[in-house]
Amino acid sequence: MPITLLVLIPLLPLIGFLINGIGFRHIPKGAVGLIGSLAALGSFAASVAVLLAFKEGGSQPMVVSLFDWIRVGELNIPFSFQIDQLSLLMLMIITGVGSLIHIYSIGYMKHDPGFGKFFSFLNLFLFFMLVLVLGSNYVIMFIGWEGVGLCSYLLIGFWNKNTDFNNAARKAFIMNRIGDLGFLLGIFTIIHAFGTVEYTEVFRQATGLPVGDHVVFAITMLLFVGAMGKSAQIPLYTWLPDAMAGPTPVSALIHAATMVTAGIYMVIRSNVLYTLAPETLEIVAVVGAVTALFAASIGLLQNDIKKVLAYSTVSQLGYMFLGLGVMAYSASMFHVITHAFFKALLFLGAGSVIHAMSDGPGGDPQDIRFMGGLRKKLPITFITFAVATWAIAGLPPFAGFFSKDEILAHAFEHNKLLWGIGLLGSAMTSFYMFRLLFLTFFGSFRGTSEQESHLHESPAAMTIPLVILAIFSAVGGFIGVPEALGGTHQLAEFMSPLFDAARQVSPEAFAATALTHSEEYILMAVSVAVALIAAAVAYVMYISRNAVPAPESEARTGLENVVYHKYYIDELYDAVFVKPIKTLSGLLASFGEFFIDLFVEGTGKIVKGLSNLGRQTQTGSIGYYVFAMVLGVVVVLFWNLLLK
Amino acid sequence: MQEPSIPDIIQLIPLKSYLILSTALFVIGILGVLIRRNAIVIFMSVELMLNSVNLLLIAFSSYKSDPSAQVFVFFIMAVAAAEVAVGLAIIVMIYRNTRTIDIGFLNKLKG
Repeated sequence: MPITLLVLIPLLPLIGFLINGIGFRHIPKGAVGLIGSLAALGSFAASVAVLLAFKEGGSQPMVVSLFDWIRVGELNIPFSFQIDQLSLLMLMIITGVGSLIHIYSIGYMKHDPGFGKFFSFLNLFLFFMLVLVLGSNYVIMFIGWEGVGLCSYLLIGFWNKNTDFNNAARKAFIMNRIGDLGFLLGIFTIIHAFGTVEYTEVFRQATGLPVGDHVVFAITMLLFVGAMGKSAQIPLYTWLPDAMAGPTPVSALIHAATMVTAGIYMVIRSNVLYTLAPETLEIVAVVGAVTALFAASIGLLQNDIKKVLAYSTVSQLGYMFLGLGVMAYSASMFHVITHAFFKALLFLGAGSVIHAMSDGPGGDPQDIRFMGGLRKKLPITFITFAVATWAIAGLPPFAGFFSKDEILAHAFEHNKLLWGIGLLGSAMTSFYMFRLLFLTFFGSFRGTSEQESHLHESPAAMTIPLVILAIFSAVGGFIGVPEALGGTHQLAEFMSPLFDAARQVSPEAFAATALTHSEEYILMAVSVAVALIAAAVAYVMYISRNAVPAPESEARTGLENVVYHKYYIDELYDAVFVKPIKTLSGLLASFGEFFIDLFVEGTGKIVKGLSNLGRQTQTGSIGYYVFAMVLGVVVVLFWNLLLK
Repeated sequence: MQEPSIPDIIQLIPLKSYLILSTALFVIGILGVLIRRNAIVIFMSVELMLNSVNLLLIAFSSYKSDPSAQVFVFFIMAVAAAEVAVGLAIIVMIYRNTRTIDIGFLNKLKG
């Protein structure tokens, strides 16, 4: 495989970033969009070429060393890329969905004065994300990990004249720092335990360790803390809903399809280590399941179209971690892929709605209480959005059905309680998604009449990516049709070599599924039935009865109030962490200022007072100086001749 | 009778007298510098101090029969000549700028 082709994958977005970043305000808008999108498309083409070469070369994983980076004593960290099934799948998602979102942004951000800035940041994000998945060791992954965090910060706070948006950006960054600390400590522990950070070397050594090794438990837990921050799991999830402050394509690319799945990528990459630590997997599964249910329940009552999708993302990420926790690694990756399609599509569709709504003056263009009946005005958006809703709700035959069902089936096998939580969350998912669909596209328009007259379908640059993503959301599931439905699960077969080492350390955990086909049918039927019932409830509530969520001013009672206010988690964090730290640092600051001022200013004052005395002797009169000089000579002579 | 040499003539007077004379001249110089306000007079007093030292050097040189002090004296005279040229030039400039050579007026440079 030509190395240049491989290097081009991350290099093209970097070049795009440099051109658009340095030429910001000088390059005309048309060229900016073209450069940014071409960089992404070029990267996609290179990824496809690498994938083909990889398949031709017998699907052998390979490490391409670019240069020596850090060499300290025994530790040697090369800058090298690893190509295997996992990184290729991630490459395809990142560059493929990324390219579509770049094209979409040309239409969506057209009237924004920061057009060039937006594209350069988007390219920079792609670069870091590609470095993250291409790196062949944990330190290079960490470069990408931090880089995407930076880009996320820059893009959430893209409209930086709004203080709330800036605060959201800071919140995302700080929350991620907490996770990053765990990740970093995990890397240090790996270096301490294995003396290297290269994946191949670490995993080779790890296969010699017994299951339940304490060091591996520590490593996996620390790495999982990093994943919690990046992939928005309880307790570090609160940044993701706030991150919706960024432009909608950013929410689609970074906060739905790619960056937030970095945690899942990391766990799958380290599958050997996680397989060696069943306790960690147990924690991962519980955190994932609880997050899936918790976030879904918040999503039930949200009225901001993007907030609903944000909580839905947190919830779906929870499903992926649930899958990882029950060792269904390839099922989780499957859900990453399908989720990237339908969630990016949902966000882009929401962007198309917001685009139409914000043209006329009126209320909040993101509030579904002011929408309704949009299906006639935005037919393409409506159809694609409906496909994505069908897919995320887990209804056959669209993508979400296959991936979510596979995770739930593994959860059922592992622990019935986790499966129950997952199923309940899945019902909620179906309800809030159909609620969103019905409130937005059905019924009659509830905004201002001026808004209504301005409603229009988005330009082709925006609808074409919608259509493409809708096709993938519809058929994407067919890469992983389970055996029970007469498929061969090509994805699981493709990814199988990744888990060879894990299979070696814990063969029983990878034993073929104990579920019979009839059990699998029942499980599928149950989850489909639950999703259909939830959808029907949503239909009755929001179409038959025409209910509209209560306005902000209306008082809510009991549980509804608590859920509507997101369980007051933000307020809780504010009271427990933010306020005490602020008070403490305020106290320390005033103390420090007092003592340091005392010392610094005291020194200054003493010097000033002494010099004030000293300058009295400088009278300017020559006679006085001469007298002083003579007196000095006399004193010196007196001292030398008479006293000695 | 042979003419006495210069050291001999110098030695006609006891060394103590030279010391007293030289000290007296030096003190007069110091007092002049301290008391007078006219820059030219101060300058002359400084010269007086210099030459009192020269006198002392010559006296000691004769009594010790060591000529090196005389070399010193020549040097001092040469340096003094140069110094006089510079010093007088400064005084002339002061006069041109302030129309006075009273050092009591030169008190601008103070802390």
